[in-house]
This record gives sequence, C-alpha cells and structure tokens, in this order.
Amino acid sequence: MLDVRGLKKVYEGSGRRVEAVRDLTFTVEAGELVCLVGPSGCGKTTLLKCMGGLLTPTAGEVHLAGRKVSGPPPGMAFVFQEYGRSLFPWMRVADNVELPLKQKDLSKARRRELVTDALESVDLAEAAGAYPWQLSGGMQQRVAIARALAYEPEVLLMDEPFAAVDAQTRADLEDLVRRLWRERGITILFVTHDIDEAVYLGERVIVLSASPTVVREQLKVDLPDERDQLHTRVTPRFAELRTHVYEQIQAAKRGVVQDAVVTKSDTPPLR
Amino acid sequence: MRFQNAALGAAGLAAFLALGEAVPRLGLVKEEYFPPTSRIASAFADELSDGAFWTALGDTLTGWALGLAIAVSAGIVIGVIVSVVPYLREATASTIEFLRPIPSVALIPLAVLLYGSELRSVLLLVVYASFWQVLIQTLYGVQDVDPVADETARSYGLGTWARIRHVLWPTALPYVLTGVRLAAAVALILAITGELVIGAPGLGARIAVAQNSQAVPEMYALIVVTGLLGLLINVGARTVERRALAWHQSVRGEVVV
Repeated sequence: MLDVRGLKKVYEGSGRRVEAVRDLTFTVEAGELVCLVGPSGCGKTTLLKCMGGLLTPTAGEVHLAGRKVSGPPPGMAFVFQEYGRSLFPWMRVADNVELPLKQKDLSKARRRELVTDALESVDLAEAAGAYPWQLSGGMQQRVAIARALAYEPEVLLMDEPFAAVDAQTRADLEDLVRRLWRERGITILFVTHDIDEAVYLGERVIVLSASPTVVREQLKVDLPDERDQLHTRVTPRFAELRTHVYEQIQAAKRGVVQDAVVTKSDTPPLR
Repeated sequence: MRFQNAALGAAGLAAFLALGEAVPRLGLVKEEYFPPTSRIASAFADELSDGAFWTALGDTLTGWALGLAIAVSAGIVIGVIVSVVPYLREATASTIEFLRPIPSVALIPLAVLLYGSELRSVLLLVVYASFWQVLIQTLYGVQDVDPVADETARSYGLGTWARIRHVLWPTALPYVLTGVRLAAAVALILAITGELVIGAPGLGARIAVAQNSQAVPEMYALIVVTGLLGLLINVGARTVERRALAWHQSVRGEVVV
C-alpha cells in the first residue's frame, strides 16, 4: 500500500547542509498499523512530510497504492501533533471536519453524513456546533482524528498525535486509534517517540536510527489483537518487546552502528 | 462596576461642559472667540434645523465612505497579491516604505491641480491616507498564517484559492479589521481637511464659511459635529470587529474548558 524506497532528504540553506534522512526503505501493507519510533530529532517529521507530499525528497520515492507521491495525495490524511494549530479556530467543529470534503466531488447530503458518522466514531457528536477552542486538548485531537476519518483515506499518517495530551487522555486516545483501525480497516502509520505507545499500538514497529536516519530494525509485535491498557501492558511479552525496542533506541542514540544489513526479526532474541 | 464607570463618565463630561460654560462667563477667556457651552448648544440646534447643514454632512460622509471603500478594497486585494506572489513583497517593500510616510496633506496642491475643488480632490486625499493603513495591516496579517494550519490545508488537497479563502483570509481578518478601523478615522480627518483647505463641499467648507463670517458659535457647533462623527465611526468599527471576530482570542477571552 505504502512503499518508501531509498528516501533521502537534505536541507540546504545559509551555508549549512543538514542530512535529516539518509536512506529509508520500508513498506506498509494495506490494513496494517505500523508504528515508527526513533530517538528524538531523528527526522521522523521530515519523513512523514515527505510521505505526505508536503516536502519533496532529495532522492528516493514514495508510492501510495502504486502511484508515485508528488504532492499531497488524495488518499492520504494527516493528523498533526499540534491539534490546536491544525484545527481552524474560526470554524465550528463540524465545519472543520467538513472543509476537506468540499475539495472532493461529494453531494451536500453525503458530506453531512460523513461528518456526522466521523464525529460519532470519536464520541463527539454533541460537540459539532462548538468551536475547537471550547474543547479540551484530548477532545480537540479527537476532532482532528474525525476530520481525517471523514476524508475516507486509504492511509492515515499520524505525527506524534498524543505527545501534547496528559497520560490518561493519551491512554484513551490510543484505544480509540486501535478501535478505529479495527473497525474501519484503514492503513495507519503512527509516528511516536514513546516506546510503550509504539509497542502497545502497532502490529509492527519500525525502529529508526539517529539522524542521518536509516531503518535500524523492523519488529513484528506478536501481541494479541485484543489489547487493553490494564492487561496488555503487564504481560511478559509486552515487557520483552518494549525492552528490546528501548535497547535499540539507546544504541541508536549512542550511535552504535549495527551490521550493515538491516535486521528484520520477527521475535527479539531471548534474554 | 459597569454602571459605576458609566456614571463616572457622565459626571466627567458634565463637569467639562460646565467648565466650558463658566470660563467664558467669568471673563477668563474672550467670549467672542470662546462662546459658553449653552451658546454652542443653541447654534448646534440651529444647524440641525438647517437643510444646508444636512447637505454638507451628506457630502462629507459621501467622500468619507467612498474613499474608505476604495482604499479598503484596494488595500486588501493588493496586500493579498503582494504577499501571495513570490518575490513581490521583497520587490515592493522599499517603495511602500517610501510612499507610506508621505503626509496626505502634502498632496493637496496636486489634488487641486488635477480635480479643482470637487469631490474627487477629497477622494484622492482620503484614499491615499487610508490605503496604507489597510495595506500594511493586510501584509502583517497574511504573514501570520500558521505553518501547521497551512500544511493541514495542503495535506487535505486544498488548492491555492481554497487556502486563501479558508486559511489566509480568516488569519488576516483581525489585522485587516484593525487596519479598517484606523483607516476609517484617518479618512474622516482627511475628508474634513480636504474640504477645509480646498473648499470642496462638506462640513469642512462649512466650518471655513462660519469662520470667515465671524459665526463663532456655529463654527464650534460644526467642530462638535465632526467630533461626534469620529466617535460614531470608532464605535461602529469596534462593533463590527467584535461581531466578525467572535472566535478570536482578543474577543473570546479566557474559555473555561
């Protein structure tokens, strides 16, 4: 579904040359929920923006469902970390959700239907007439998620969406993402710096190196499909996986170069 | 609290008017140049019953409104174009900074040469003075567009026109309305100045006539009228701002979540 090949992004300006992303290759299959995790400042946002067609990569290509991405593709929706700036304060919640749909060739009735359905999915049907700034942070991010859902994307890109909300809200939002993914069968690429979150949410975790970024490891998360905050997080398997990812991130921060070949393990080595 | 403020305001105004009545009557200033409040008030009442006064008021307001409308439309359209088209802002910045500080009054000779003492002379002054207020505010407003909001719009496939309409314009609106409020005040000043100096028909010309014919109370009454106009314009502009920007931080205040 989503195919990233040899992606490279170099920022050049005012005599400085910063290689943010060196060489990234990975794929996300249709209907998968993949988490990208890496040390802070490793170019996750750059990568996501290249995939979303908001930035032009220096080299390499991104393909969405077989088509090369050269601008924001119609089948892709974005959820940003800064929900307060991503939602428009001059529009009511329902109008915020509806705005992207106006770019599509849809009847007014169909747009209404999609907006109502998306807001119901995130339990915000009653907030349709409110302004975003009248809602709490968690609710605002749910509006942003509803806006993405209503757009009916093939792929949903989420850029550290829960980094700015409190821990309890965060747990609820994580479960919401799991639920929506299972209900709607969308492909989700979820970027985070939170290792627990990556393991809890993902079917697969892609660990990135420090900048200049390459893929350090791809890890299949073999936790059951049914996950919940209370039980999943205390299972021994969860602890093993998170420890493994944590070690990888720490090694990446220290700049330990792994074998030239990227490991693709299904199970972390036994401890 | 609000009642108390209103009461204090009324008391202050009453004291000021009483002072205006007492000072000339006590002979502290010459009554012929500074008539007491009551005589100005009666001259004001006479003006209100004079048809020529209303014609003059209409002329002034026509010049003001027409000039302001032209300046606001031009300021917004040019401001948006200059900001949106690449390199245009950099290319025009120095010219704008040169033209902007020229006092509109310095253009009076030019206006007379071009249009004589017609409405068009006044319009030239009004438009020149208020255009810059709107243009500069529009330029600032457009610069304030949040990169995240713009990226959101781009990622959802909004084209240039849709982004101008749904992101750029609402972001710039608070600035634009500030510009319009400033421009409305400046436009009134220039309309009166133009009429006063050039003699184009309006309240300014009527003030000049009152002065020449030694009708001092009438002159003061007309000055009071221009003051009231300025007050009404400011109150009107602020009301429009509050209505149009109910969503904006400056208007909505702190929201309890």
